[in-house]
Amino acid sequence: MADGALPVLDVKDLKTVFQTRKGEVHAVNSVSFDVRPGELLGVVGESGSGKSVTMMSLIGLLPMPPAEVRDGEVLFDGKDLLKIDPNALRDVRGGDIGFIFQDPMTSLNPVFNVGFQIMEPLRKHMGMTKEKARNRAVELLELVGIPDAARRLKDYPHQFSGGMRQRVMIAIALACDPKVLIADEPTTALDVTIQAQILELVKDLREKLGMAIIWITHDLGVIAGIADRVMVMYGGQVVEQAPVKELFTNPQHPYTRALLKTIPNVHGEREAKLNVIEGQPPILGAPPAACPFRDRCEYRFERCDRENPYRRPIGHQHDVACFYEFEDKSAGDANAA
Amino acid sequence: MLTFTIRRLILAIPTLLFISLVIFLLLQLAPGDPMAQVPLTVPPEVKEKMREALGLGEPLHIQYIKWLRQFFWVEPLNLLDTWFGTEFAWHWVPVDSSISESRLAVLAEEGRLRDTAEGQEYWSPELRVISWQTRSPVMEIVAQRIPQTLWVVGVAYIVGILIALPIGIYSAYRQYSWFDNAGTLVTMIGFSVPPFFSGVLVIVIFSVQLNWFPSIYDTTLVVDDWESFKRQINQMFLPVMVLALQITSQISRFMRASMLDNLNQDYVRTARAKGMRERVVVMTHVLRNSMIPVVTVIALGIPSIFGGAIITEQVFKVNGIGQLLITAIQANDLPMVQTLTFIFAVLIVLFNLIADVLYGILDPRIRYD
Ligand SMILES: Nc1ncnc2c1ncn2[C@@H]1O[C@H](COP(=O)(O)OP(=O)(O)OP(=O)(O)O)[C@@H](O)[C@H]1O
Ligand SMILES: [Mg+2]
Repeated sequence: MADGALPVLDVKDLKTVFQTRKGEVHAVNSVSFDVRPGELLGVVGESGSGKSVTMMSLIGLLPMPPAEVRDGEVLFDGKDLLKIDPNALRDVRGGDIGFIFQDPMTSLNPVFNVGFQIMEPLRKHMGMTKEKARNRAVELLELVGIPDAARRLKDYPHQFSGGMRQRVMIAIALACDPKVLIADEPTTALDVTIQAQILELVKDLREKLGMAIIWITHDLGVIAGIADRVMVMYGGQVVEQAPVKELFTNPQHPYTRALLKTIPNVHGEREAKLNVIEGQPPILGAPPAACPFRDRCEYRFERCDRENPYRRPIGHQHDVACFYEFEDKSAGDANAA
Repeated sequence: MLTFTIRRLILAIPTLLFISLVIFLLLQLAPGDPMAQVPLTVPPEVKEKMREALGLGEPLHIQYIKWLRQFFWVEPLNLLDTWFGTEFAWHWVPVDSSISESRLAVLAEEGRLRDTAEGQEYWSPELRVISWQTRSPVMEIVAQRIPQTLWVVGVAYIVGILIALPIGIYSAYRQYSWFDNAGTLVTMIGFSVPPFFSGVLVIVIFSVQLNWFPSIYDTTLVVDDWESFKRQINQMFLPVMVLALQITSQISRFMRASMLDNLNQDYVRTARAKGMRERVVVMTHVLRNSMIPVVTVIALGIPSIFGGAIITEQVFKVNGIGQLLITAIQANDLPMVQTLTFIFAVLIVLFNLIADVLYGILDPRIRYD
């Protein structure tokens, strides 16, 4: 999809550090990626791998301090979002870039009705009158599948179920027709049927509105279903990136391979009890000088302790940050989508 | 919300009845004759009237009902009478030997005498709760003292809150900045220095050394022109300052804590992600949530304004309610102490109710019906 088009968002060498009482935490280390218009980029990685921090760094949503975006470029619309002034950045946030957060239960303000909360960005970014904004809010709620939308504008978040709240969050993120939608595990807090509904909804909207979507999840099944391209993160860096088919049929990073084995096959059995996924992901007190995955890696060799592998291209839109070269090119195909 | 308010009002009645019973029993439990404490200077016929008003000598429950009637019926009617010049609290009383001939003549002339089958009756106000100390009705004295208290303590409360809210908001937004640290220091002082010390201190500095403000509050000052208004402000300055320091310390800490609780919430991040300005994020999204507990605390604190500030009023010689209570206790003026205690109880129950209702109005998650 949209292979030749220029990226709408281009992130280069992003580094984010937290100052904590115990010293620095290097949560994001030289992360680079891009998305093209209409493309859905899936981001996977276990808890603590830096997915949320990466995305929040892009548009300055991390509390600073303790966070500090130390390096990198975030090119959007010809501007570097890390360098533009706060006012211009605010115009991008909620305007051209929409964000859906991990937890729908707490992401809405409990004391304002949802109408107000949807209309806020409309009035700010699109300069709509109250009347127009209200009509648009009704439209948006209908778009995300909330019945009786006009009446529900006056309701407060606690009057909605979790799934409904997440739909409201999606409506807010979509309000100003963003060019990029960042969805941070938008469905983890929801039950399976609602998850499926929201996935359908997003696929639908992408086709209708043609926006680029970054979809963060733990769930490789979801990724297989909707993503065009997948980025695998580990220890605050990108370890592998590939088009979705390629990733599932030809994974080249030991971590990706391990991850793919965690998906149940058609018989509902997991192929392997993941010894690699056991243990904690590293918390880095300094920029990594060696491969962050080495302690849990079965292919580890001497070079892994000396150098942090760079991302080397190995195919069309496919790169991997690992020194080890697998002979067999289809080890992970058992679970291909 | 309306049904909730009405239900709470109805529920407040048994609460108040219970409190009144406790206060009433204090009188009963006082050893010996409660009238024994009445100063010897009180003439016997006045004493007799007091006895009658208190219902002494009658069974306990009758006394209690009389006392309730006095408090909830006669005194409010009297209040109306003094405000509007009506005669709601008046009734017909049989003429007896205590009324002199000349008095009868005056009554007849005013049309306040009538003949009935049982004999002559005259139109007279009901007996009131009399202060043992001053021998005038307790409520009248209270009504005289309340304005002084409201001026000083009420103004201090408002000033304190108006200063406290912005300080609390800004300290939380810039937590651990020099402003916040300075605020922490000042509020710690405000918390820990008692008014009998800070009061004397400001008197020594501002009245004795600098001679800017008077050290004694002149209650007789009538505010009727610009000049007297300026003098009123001048004499209020020191007591208000001492009280406002305390109030600011408490409320600003509370505001700060409430803001900090909310500044870390996920919805704040959502507001920022929508591109809202910091001003809107903090002053609309966060403040609206943070104000809920603060408003409750402010409402709950209002009865303490009427309670007066006992120590500060003493230090600056403001003869407000607080001072009235102290002198009444010292003089064993039982009716006065009872009345004041009961007024505070009513106010506390009332403002608890108001705080609850405000909570329901401000927080849509709370459903009362
Ligand atoms: N405020 C903070 N202070 C210090 N460290 C932080 C802070 N926020 C995040 N981190 C660190 O950043 C790292 C990445 O966290 P992040 O939230 O991006 O993980 P994630 O991949 O989104 O995980 P999850 O799937 O659980 O959401 C973690 O190791 C975490 O310890
Ligand atoms: Mg996350």
